[in-house]
Order: sequence, then structure tokens, then C-alpha cells
Amino acid sequence: MARSTGDDAQALFHSLRSAYAATPKNLKIIDLYAAFAVFTALIQVVYMALVGSFPFNSFLSGVLSCIGTAVLAVCLRIQVNKENKEFKDLPPERAFADFVLCNLVLHLVIMNFLG
Amino acid sequence: MAASEASSAATATATSLRHAFGGVLSFFILLLIGVLAFSIRLFSVIKYESVIHEFDPYFNYRVTQFLTKNGIYDFWNWFDDRTWYPLGRVIGGTVYPGLTLTAGTLWWILNSLNIPLSVETVCVFTAPIFSAFASWATYLLTKEVKGAGAGLTAAVLLAMVPSYISRSVAGSYDNEAVAIFALIFTFFLYIKTLNTGSLFYATLNAISYFYMVCSWGGYTFIINLIPMHVLLCIVTGRYSSRLYIAYAPLVVLGTLLAALVPVVGFNAVMTSEHFASFLVFIIIHVVALVYYIKGILSPKMFKVAVTLVLSAGLIVCFAVVAILIALVASSPTKGWSGRSLSLLDPTYASKYIPIIASVSEHQPPTWPSYFMDINVLAFLVPAGIIACFLPLSDASSFVILYIVTSVYFSGVMVRLMLVLAPAACILSGIALSEAFDTLTRSIKFQLPGISGGKSEANAGDASSASAGAQIDVVKAGKTEETAKERPSRKSKKKEKEPVEKPPINPRNEKKLLVLPFEVSIVGIILLVLLGAFYVVHCVWAAAEAYSAPSIVLTSHSQEGLHVFDDFREAYAWLSHNTEVDDKVASWWDYGYQTTAMANRTVIVDNNTWNNTHIATVGTAMSSPEKAAWEIFNSLDVKYVLVVFGGLVGYPSDDINKFLWMVRIGGGVFPHIKEPDYLRDGQYRIDSQATPTMLNCLMYKLSYYRFVDTDGKAFDRVRRTEIGKKYFKLTHFEEVFTTHHWMVRIYKLKPPKNRLRGKTKKSKSKTSSASSSKRSGKRARNPWQ
Repeated sequence: MARSTGDDAQALFHSLRSAYAATPKNLKIIDLYAAFAVFTALIQVVYMALVGSFPFNSFLSGVLSCIGTAVLAVCLRIQVNKENKEFKDLPPERAFADFVLCNLVLHLVIMNFLG
Repeated sequence: MAASEASSAATATATSLRHAFGGVLSFFILLLIGVLAFSIRLFSVIKYESVIHEFDPYFNYRVTQFLTKNGIYDFWNWFDDRTWYPLGRVIGGTVYPGLTLTAGTLWWILNSLNIPLSVETVCVFTAPIFSAFASWATYLLTKEVKGAGAGLTAAVLLAMVPSYISRSVAGSYDNEAVAIFALIFTFFLYIKTLNTGSLFYATLNAISYFYMVCSWGGYTFIINLIPMHVLLCIVTGRYSSRLYIAYAPLVVLGTLLAALVPVVGFNAVMTSEHFASFLVFIIIHVVALVYYIKGILSPKMFKVAVTLVLSAGLIVCFAVVAILIALVASSPTKGWSGRSLSLLDPTYASKYIPIIASVSEHQPPTWPSYFMDINVLAFLVPAGIIACFLPLSDASSFVILYIVTSVYFSGVMVRLMLVLAPAACILSGIALSEAFDTLTRSIKFQLPGISGGKSEANAGDASSASAGAQIDVVKAGKTEETAKERPSRKSKKKEKEPVEKPPINPRNEKKLLVLPFEVSIVGIILLVLLGAFYVVHCVWAAAEAYSAPSIVLTSHSQEGLHVFDDFREAYAWLSHNTEVDDKVASWWDYGYQTTAMANRTVIVDNNTWNNTHIATVGTAMSSPEKAAWEIFNSLDVKYVLVVFGGLVGYPSDDINKFLWMVRIGGGVFPHIKEPDYLRDGQYRIDSQATPTMLNCLMYKLSYYRFVDTDGKAFDRVRRTEIGKKYFKLTHFEEVFTTHHWMVRIYKLKPPKNRLRGKTKKSKSKTSSASSSKRSGKRARNPWQ
């Protein structure tokens, strides 16, 4: 039983890798960007757990800035993905403009909240 | 089938011309709707005058005055020392600033355009202006759900729904006035984002949510309803990447923006009201990941992955949930504020928090109030729900969820009827527009010759809907017939038994494809009659029921109209005859008015943030004179103000509110016991009343010298003669009683510095002095 699950897991891992390898490069870059943002958020959470959350608004704005960036990157990825049929008539330039605008608002708010 | 031929003959240019015409027409209809929404709310100005109404608006007015005078920075840092003496109140950090900032901005814009309106005028007309905006937002929202025709109908209905009018007549300068607009607009932007999947609208949605958070505590409704809808979509298998774009940015941006508002602050991430959104935020990410992996993997491998992840994931999930529950349970109120708890458990407030239960708008509504407030919409809503199910889209499922939750909330608190009203308008608009659509179409089907003009004339506001729909419908031959059959049956049902839902057997009635000509004519006439009835009711409600400012009262007698302007008389007396720093004690209802109109420091006001302080005043009012004097003296109180309606029959006076004072006082100071004031469980002030009741301060201040008015001391509110008619005050002296005795102001006597025997004499002297003053006043009091 344990053996077969291990095999399955390995097969799954391989097929995931091969499927992901097929994604276009620009999507991969966005993925990397989002993953990096989430990683930064994790670091901040760990730091908060170790040191304490005293300037709570700073912690909050830091973490939410990272999560927000990641979420917006995911939204951008969804929109520029060629395989996604829902956004066929949305040009990638428009998607990117929306992304920039949303980021602008997000970081204006965060700068305001940082205190 | 002649109609379908005719329409296929119509060229594309004709269609586009028609669309353009429909666009212009609906623009003018919307303009008229805005004018209607604005002008139906002016009854209060025409019948009374341009004044601020009721209690809370006075506070908002005062804050706006401060804002326009001192600027925005002073406003944020404003510490108000004229209320909650000796504690004071930090206004900037405890007020929802949306309304104030809106009116302040309006005033500033008008003044920089050299239109010199006073702040009061701007405040009075803020609510009607925003109700026009709200009906336009309703149009947009309903248009996203069911098309322009339904949108226009819903906008008309919302422009004059009595429930909303009750909160937004001219002068009712309260948070709800702008908040309902913000609520509807936020929902519109959410639906718009959901339909288009555009990040631009998601950003706008977050900003509009920010405006809502600024305006009203009811924003928690949004931040719980939208996650519920997202969850519903996920559970019913309607997840799409548009849903992700609509929701995930909203949570992050919305939380940050909400945390910017000082009154919300860290509550945006600390209280349970907001946890639902975070939980759904996590869930939607998991779901998004699952859908993504499902997309790139083969079905067989996906199955393997599911089994693997499920076994590992469930354990992690349970651990996280357990931690969350433990965290939430460790706080005493489970992280929920009292008002929200009383929403989930309607009996909560009456059990634990008398101060919430004592406010009449926090009580559950009665059935007639539904008919009063949303009228025929209550019957149209079920039909609208059915129309939303055909076909069910993301947007229409949202509207259904909205109506279901708001019906529940309105059942808990009268005040939340206001949240129900837009939902009811949207659904009724959908129902009416669908019904008109079907009926006019079946007329047109049978009379191909006169179809176009006639159907539009009959449908009235729904005309552009039918104009748009006709083209689509007639093209599709067979689908049209099935589509037509269902709503038509529904609308027929609706005329006869509106609440009853139609039976689910569409197969049997397949033969009834087109309604008979006569039936559709009668149906249209009935629907128009229904609409006319609604309009008549709304105008009546706006003119008669909801326009009274409650600081100026009127009554009709045989001599004609009689105006009671006692409140302003009393406040004007206070501001002219007392020192600037004198403290005035009254029950908290009159706190805002006293600070705003008389500009005197009050002990408690309508903000009710400190229960103990209110309980102190309640205890003083329910104590005997000497104890009350000591309490008031310890609070530096110079004047005590009571509202008394016994002479003219004004029912919401302090004697009727007195039991709440006893309850709230007794909740903190146990020596005040409610049974002491009740005779066999009955609250009475006649000769059967308990001695505690007859000796308490509230009784004495209300009924002092009352017997002088008619010799019998007959209380017109309680419809009885009072129990104790002749008594003297030892520690208070009457300084002012208004024209109709509605407000009575007493001054605390200075502390005695003589021996007991001497004070007796001095007391009799003061009482004779006051009696001489009394006789002087009697001359100008026509009621005596």
C-alpha cells in the first residue's frame, strides 16, 4: 500500500512537471513573481511569530502588500493565459494596464497605512 | 410567424438605430427617476421646514459644522469635551466619517463655485440627492442581472420605496442616507467584475467598498454576503476565474482600506465579522489551485492526486480549523460585537444588553410594517426569485442570496428593513419587467399589425426592455415559445395568488403557448393597477408617515393645524439663559440635540458607548430626590431636562421610557430593582403605583405642578389621573417649562449650608418664589 502510494506520488510529480514545462515563458515569470511574493509574506509571518507583532499596522501592511501582489499577479496570469477561453477578447495590454492600476491603488493604500 | 418574418426583414441599421433610441430613452427615464427620487423626499421641507430631523442627524450636523469650520485635520483629532462629561469623546476615531465628509465636500464644492449655501441646507438635501444616486445604482445592478428593462423598473421602484424614504427624507441626515447608495453600488461593481472579469472593476469595487465602510457599520453585511456568494458558487460548481478576480483582490484591498478608517481600524482583521471573508479567501485559493491542476493534468493522474491530497490535506485542514476555533473561543464574546450577535441570535440583546434592546429600531418588526415599508413588493418578490432561476447565472444567484439574507436580517431588526428594500426592489423590478415582457409579446404575437407602438405604450417603463427583447425573442422560433410559456404562467399566477408558487409541471401546459389576447390585456391592466396602488401608497407614506421631523410636531384639531415647537423652545432657552459651561443632564435620547442646538455639555448622548455612565443617569432618574441630587451634583450637573407628554398626549416621553432607565440603571447598580416600580407586574403611575415609583425623580420632575393645569392631573398619554398630585421639590427647582409642557427644565438647588430647621424655612421661601413665577407664566400659557 505504502509502496503504491509512493509510486503514485512519483508519477504524479513527473506528470505535473512535464505539464508545467509546457506553459509559456511569460506565465512562468509571473508564477515566479507570485511565488516570490508569497515567500516574502511567509518570511514576515515567521518574523512576526519570533519577534512579536508590535507595530501591528506595519506587519499588516507588509504581509498584505505581499499577498496582494501575489493575488494581483495571479489575476494577471489568469487574464493573459492564452488557454483561458473566458478572456479571449481581452488584450494582454489592457490586462497589464489594469494590473498596474490595481497595484498602484494597493501600494498607495499601504503607504498610507504603514504609519 | 408573421412577426418573425417581419423582424428578419429588419436590417442591422434599423436595429442599431433602435438601440440608440432605446439608449436615449432610458437616459431620460433615468433622469426622470432621479428627479422623482429627489422630489418625493421634499415633503418634509414643504410641509414643515428645512430642518435637520430627529436625534442622530443633529450629531452628524454638528460634526459637519465642525469639519467645515476647522478643516479635515482638526476633524480627525477632534476630542469633544461637550459630551459624556466628564469623560469626553474622541469624535474623529469613533465616528463613521463617510456622511460627514460627503456633505462637507459638497458644501466646499458649492462654496468654491460661489453658491453660498449654508451647511444646514447642504445637510438637509444630502439624503435626497443620494437617493437619486441609489436608484441609478439600482438600475446598473439590475441591468447587470437581467437587462435594461428590469433595471429601469427596479430603479423606479427603489426611487419611492417607503422603507428607504423613511431614512432619506430631506433633513434625515443620517449614515443610512449615503450608505444605501454605497451598498448598492458596491454590489453592482461586484457583479460587474463577476460578469467581465476585469481587474479595473475589481479596483473600483474595493474603493466603493471603502466608501461603504466609511459610511455605515452595515458594511459587515457586504463583507459577509459576498463571501457567502463565492462559497455558493464554489459549492454549486460554478467556480470560474472571473469569480477569483472578483473576490481575491477585493478581500486584500478591502481589508486594507477598511483598516484605514479609524473607527474600524484593526477590527478589520481582528473580529469575527470579518473572518468569513478570510476563510473563503483561503478556500478560493485552494479551489483555484485544484481547478488549475485539473486543467493541466490528465483525468487519471488527477484522480491520483485527489486521493493523495485529500488524505494529507484533511488533517492539515482540521488542525487549522481547530486552532481558529480555539482562538475565537478564547475571547469572551467570541469576537463578535453585541449588535452582530443580536443579529445571529435575536434574543441575545434582550437578554444581555438592555441598551441595545431599548432602542425601538432594534426590535423585531411586526407583519404590518412589512406591508407598510415595502408594500406590493412583498408579493412581487417571489415571482422575481423564480424569474432569477430562469436561467440561473452568477449574477442572479447573487441577487437571490441577497434577498434571502436580507429577509432574515430584516426579521431580526426593524432598522435592517432598509437593507431588504433594495433587494425587494430589484427582484420586483425583474418580476414586473418579465411579466410585461410576456404579456406585451403575446399581444404583439396575435396582432402583428399594431404590435410595435402598442406594446411600448402599454409597457410604460418596461418598454425599452420589450423593445430590446422583441428582436432577440422573435428570431428564435421554437426556443421563444418555451421561454414565453413559463413566465407567462407565472405572471398569471401572480395576479391571482401572488405568494403562492406555481406548480412544477411545465410539460402538461405545453399547449398554453400564447396567452389569449384578452387575458394579456387584463393582465397588463391589473399590473398597471398594482403599480398605481404602489405609487399611491408610496406618496402617502412619504407625505404623511415619514416626513415628520420629530422635533417639530403638528396635530390637527377642530381649530385647525396646531404646531408644537417645544423642543427648540427649550433648547433656545438653554442656550440663552445658562452659562456656556453648564452641564445638562437628560436621558440619552436628547443628548445629541442638546449639544447641537443648545451648545451645552451633556452627561450622556445617543452614542451610548459607555453603559455605566448611562446607568448612572438612569439610576439618578429612578432614585428619590435626595439620592438623585447627590448623583447629579457629583457629575457637576446644573440643569436636568425631562420630556413630558402628559399634557398634550405626546407618547414618546420620558415616563414611557422610564422602565428602560430602571433596567439599564439596575443592570449596573443592583439597588435599583425593576419590580419596585411595578404593581403586580404592571407599569402604572396612577394611585395604584408603588411608593418607589411615586417618589422617584422622574415622576416628580414630570408631574411637578401638573395638577395646576386642569385641577385633576389627568395624563393624556397614560389616560389616567396621576397618583400623587400635590408635592414639593426639595432639591430641584423648576426654571423653565415650555409652551405645551413638553420639555421641563429644572435647576439643582445649591447645597444647603444651614441647619435642618433653618433650611426648611428657606425651602418654603424658594417654593413660594417659584409659585409666584408660576403664576406669571400661567398668564401666557393657554393650556391652563
